[in-house]
Amino acid sequence: MSSFAVLVRTEAKLFLREPMAVLWAIAFPPLLLVILGCVPAFRVHQHELGGLRVIDLYVPIMILFVVAMTAVNTLPGAISLYRERGVLRRLATTPMPASRLLLAQVVVNVAVEVLVLLLVVAIGRIGFGVALPRAPLGYLVAFLLVLCAMLALGMMVAAVAPNTKVSNALGMILFFPLMFFAGLWLPVAAMPATLRHIAEFTPSGAATQALGDAAAGSWPGWVHLVVLAGYAVVFGTVAVRSFRWDS
Amino acid sequence: MPVIEVRGLRKTYGEKVAVDDVSFDVAQGEIFGILGPNGAGKTTTVECVSGLRSRDAGTIRVLGADPRAERDQVRRVLGAQLQESALPDKITVVEALKLYASCYREPADWRALVERLGLTDRLRTRYQKLSGGQKQRLAIALALIGRPRIAVLDELTTGLDPQARRDTWNLIEEIRADGVTILLVTHFMEEAARLCDRVAVINAGRLAALDTPDGLVSTVDDSQQIRFRPSKPVDTALLAALPGVTSIRRDGAELLVSGTGNVLAEVVGTLAAAGILAEHLRMDSASLDDAYLALTSNTEGEQ
Ligand SMILES: Nc1ncnc2c1ncn2[C@@H]1O[C@H](COP(=O)(O)OP(=O)(O)OP(=O)(O)O)[C@@H](O)[C@H]1O
Ligand SMILES: [Mg+2]
Repeated sequence: MSSFAVLVRTEAKLFLREPMAVLWAIAFPPLLLVILGCVPAFRVHQHELGGLRVIDLYVPIMILFVVAMTAVNTLPGAISLYRERGVLRRLATTPMPASRLLLAQVVVNVAVEVLVLLLVVAIGRIGFGVALPRAPLGYLVAFLLVLCAMLALGMMVAAVAPNTKVSNALGMILFFPLMFFAGLWLPVAAMPATLRHIAEFTPSGAATQALGDAAAGSWPGWVHLVVLAGYAVVFGTVAVRSFRWDS
Repeated sequence: MPVIEVRGLRKTYGEKVAVDDVSFDVAQGEIFGILGPNGAGKTTTVECVSGLRSRDAGTIRVLGADPRAERDQVRRVLGAQLQESALPDKITVVEALKLYASCYREPADWRALVERLGLTDRLRTRYQKLSGGQKQRLAIALALIGRPRIAVLDELTTGLDPQARRDTWNLIEEIRADGVTILLVTHFMEEAARLCDRVAVINAGRLAALDTPDGLVSTVDDSQQIRFRPSKPVDTALLAALPGVTSIRRDGAELLVSGTGNVLAEVVGTLAAAGILAEHLRMDSASLDDAYLALTSNTEGEQ
């Protein structure tokens, strides 16, 4: 096995050994979807939601939940800890570049996110008749951009936070507004107009809208895609410029 | 050609000069020790050699390669054990070994290493559950897993019990017997005296001395201290007149005579001539501890 494959496997095992990460990132989103789907009112088509049902809207919201949880919480916390403990420095004394460890973290993150996406889409389809994405290509493009924007945000947190405590706190502080604009408490479609417009320019709001559009069958709105790409570039640049290998 | 060559190394952290004009060579197969008080700049020096830190001035060559400019070359031949622990809490011993083995093209057999380090029954234990000594031993195993030609060990026996420390010393001698050159940072004089071929003493960032352990001991003056209880009152003026005696002090019923050269024979001979017996006779001579303290104490103390 190549050294990178060993590294990814080890990082995956370490991820699975964190019960809180597994609970919130992998178990919680499908579970919440099932609970919401069991509320009869949420399975009724609503005129105000453009003829969709609440349960339809919550599929992309749950996807945003896992992405925000892993990319903006777990990832920067883990990387900050690796820096603080000298794991990155120790690896830097071997022929394997320490940047591979960051890449391995990202690979594990994306794997978890894709797994939960598949779970959530499957549960929605099988359990509650949520249609599969009608524009699969658009859905894929939107999802990739969501990943890039959120991973870049997480990496930026890991780069600017001076230590693990600050990193974890920043991740938590960012998580709530991200989920608010994703529509966890109030779906974007049900928000008042001004709030909806603001939401569409946040990374998570643009993300749920783009995924929702692609699910409904149209190509995701260019505005949303451009917003996501823009955040990816800005956060990514800050992350790369300010990243430290050493505490 | 020396395996490690350091010339005029200087490293500053902001205003603070951590290492200033340090030079030394380490020969093939040598165990080279670095001694010095806390904050002297030992870790900074060896981390510059490992390529982990950039330097502000000076040159370093590790088997002919610059550890910063030709980092890849140096990483393949140098194994490091860092002073600070450096593994994730939940990784198991065997996972860490396999991971680090995978970093090298021709790694050592980790099973043999683990056997030699007495970690065989800890393979499935998580890093956070290891004892301090077991963590140290794992760190040594990881430093050796790439079959390095040079091992840099920063305070590897700190926190080990006396038995584990001796086991580790044996291990280091075995590694050297395999032809590995060793750069060793330590706070233990006994360790330096027992293991090192040569020792550099660093004080406040500067090289204070560089010699064999025996050579260092002989650089502090060869003063000796004799302590005894005379069987009868002694006229100290008689002893003070002896050529080898430098000072005499009373300590209760005992006399403390300091001197150089043949002082012991002179004192005992003079006492015998006066019919006095030196009871409870003890003698201390300079040790590496004394040499170290003399080299690193900042006040010009009387020996
Ligand atoms: N990353 C850093 N940033 C700023 N100052 C540092 C840094 N690392 C070390 N120093 C300072 O440089 C000096 C030398 O530190 P170094 O770690 O090399 O000492 P040492 O000889 O290894 O000490 P010890 O025996 O305590 O391990 C110290 O004064 C320390 O405070
Ligand atoms: Mg040190």
